[in-house]
Amino acid sequence: MTKTPEGREDSAERPGAIDARPVRHPWQWVGVVVIAILAAMLINSFVTNSKWDWSFVWRVMEYRPVLEGLVKGTIICTVASMVVGIVLGILLAIMRLSTNPVLRFVSFVYIWFFRAVPRYVLLVVLGVGVLYLYPTLDFGVPFSKELGHFIGLDDGATFYTLDVKSISSGIIVGIIGLGLSEAAYMAEIARAGLLSVDTGQEEAASALGMSRGKAMRRIILPQAMRVIVPPTGNETIAMVKDTSLLSAVPVSTELFFQANAVANSTYLVMPALMAALIWYLVVCSVLMIGQTYLERYFGRGFGSQSSNSRQGAPGRLRQLAQLGGGGK
Amino acid sequence: MTDTRDPRPLVRALNVSKHFHGVEVLKGIDLDVAPGEVVCLLGPSGSGKTTFLRCINQLETIDGGRIWVDDELLGLEEKNGRLLRLHDKRIAKQRREIGMVFQRFNLFPHKTAIANVMEAPVQVRGVDKATARAEGMALLERVGLGERSHHYPSQLSGGQQQRVAIARALAMKPKLMLFDEPTSALDPELVGEVLDVMRELADDGMTMIVVTHEIAFARDVADRVVFMDGGVEVESGPAREIIANPQHERTKSFLRRILAEQNESAVPQGGAAGPDGGEAAGQSAGAQAE
Repeated sequence: MTKTPEGREDSAERPGAIDARPVRHPWQWVGVVVIAILAAMLINSFVTNSKWDWSFVWRVMEYRPVLEGLVKGTIICTVASMVVGIVLGILLAIMRLSTNPVLRFVSFVYIWFFRAVPRYVLLVVLGVGVLYLYPTLDFGVPFSKELGHFIGLDDGATFYTLDVKSISSGIIVGIIGLGLSEAAYMAEIARAGLLSVDTGQEEAASALGMSRGKAMRRIILPQAMRVIVPPTGNETIAMVKDTSLLSAVPVSTELFFQANAVANSTYLVMPALMAALIWYLVVCSVLMIGQTYLERYFGRGFGSQSSNSRQGAPGRLRQLAQLGGGGK
Repeated sequence: MTDTRDPRPLVRALNVSKHFHGVEVLKGIDLDVAPGEVVCLLGPSGSGKTTFLRCINQLETIDGGRIWVDDELLGLEEKNGRLLRLHDKRIAKQRREIGMVFQRFNLFPHKTAIANVMEAPVQVRGVDKATARAEGMALLERVGLGERSHHYPSQLSGGQQQRVAIARALAMKPKLMLFDEPTSALDPELVGEVLDVMRELADDGMTMIVVTHEIAFARDVADRVVFMDGGVEVESGPAREIIANPQHERTKSFLRRILAEQNESAVPQGGAAGPDGGEAAGQSAGAQAE
């Protein structure tokens, strides 16, 4: 029980527990009704309009080439190119924040280049150009061929020749292309994450005698991950959708390409495309669940348990901000 | 300085100077600290005392003079008559022997109290985890936080966090402990518990250099105080003597001002809290908002 403020000691008039009517929101209910009607109309059209042809949609979703495209072209490519992007991106971010001016410059040029090139164009260039320009890769002493000409030697000092054609299946080129491009974006995200960690953390680590690398790995990066994970989830979801660009390489074992192929051969365009659309929805939904768990893990030690489970308005706003602004 | 104590000081600083962007913040500081001695650095903010402390731990590189800890020259080596700056790895090795406690605690927020204490012994000294855990628990018991070992820093009060930070520094078994205003970020009622831990540490014979505004602590615990202002040492000597009877005008006015402030903030009324108290409250509120 709280003390009565001075000057209001009249104990008979001390107010008790509050039993008041909550604020009413009539327009909220109007909104619910309108949305419900619209949703009913939509579902009604799904059911009654035979052109949707849901049984065919279902068959396309189960169709083997479509499933193969989903697993290889969409899921595996997303995972692989995100792994390339995240590892390379964090490396680039650390280089960007390094005291070494050479590393800083290299990182800057990389980010500048890959952010400026559209993914579609990059994939076409890699798909067409690499094989054309560099059918084989020679590993040896740099410039040994050019120097060899001068002194009359034939083949300089080449130790090993790699046949690019033999490894350049479209999917590998696609993963490399998407991964390189993603690294530029991840570098900026990782840089923001690293900068968000208080400088006192690095000082504390080095005062304990930790090397810079160890301080980065054990102290700074784990804390930066709290800031890095949410936008990375966003990037991953964007990447799922960007795998549909793989047809530019060209890659044919890819979800959208296969669904499109079905559409072209059966002339049932909408059902075939709906099949692809539903698969994208499913994959992205699963990823969003995974992201929630990752965020909880890397958020440990920050804020109390209770504020994690029942998110306040700022948390929800942050989530909304992540949902918006996806694809490039 | 005119002292003729231990001929082998644990810390010897000679003519240390440091400038930031052309501004000289340390102008030739000399300091000898004998093993087991507790030295408090006093002085107004901006006097260079924190910078000097950070130089001893090489969080700042000095521009002039030399510092030795346990007869080892810090940050430099002489080869063929030339001075060479040490590589980061050698500097990290020198830092292992020196514990540091920060104003803002700087605990690792993603690790529990015990994990904070174990981190450096396991990662830097290569102590096995079981040993490090046992020693870490003993240290947490020593600072009165044995039951809080599995709490994250955000679940501890400021005073508790600072005590964990002291345990973390002690886990490396340092020869020397540096304290950079260890109680300045604390709410007034939490200052005592941290000072008590430091007092026990001093009684156990730890060599300590403490930057502080707690005049009573300096008087009661320190063997010697050094009063700094404007990047130079103004006066130094036995703690009780200097604080009771300062010779230099600048020391006198500083002590007058700070003692008046501390008396004021001791009055138990919300409105009359000193500027230190207000700042600390603001910081803890900010930390919660994060």
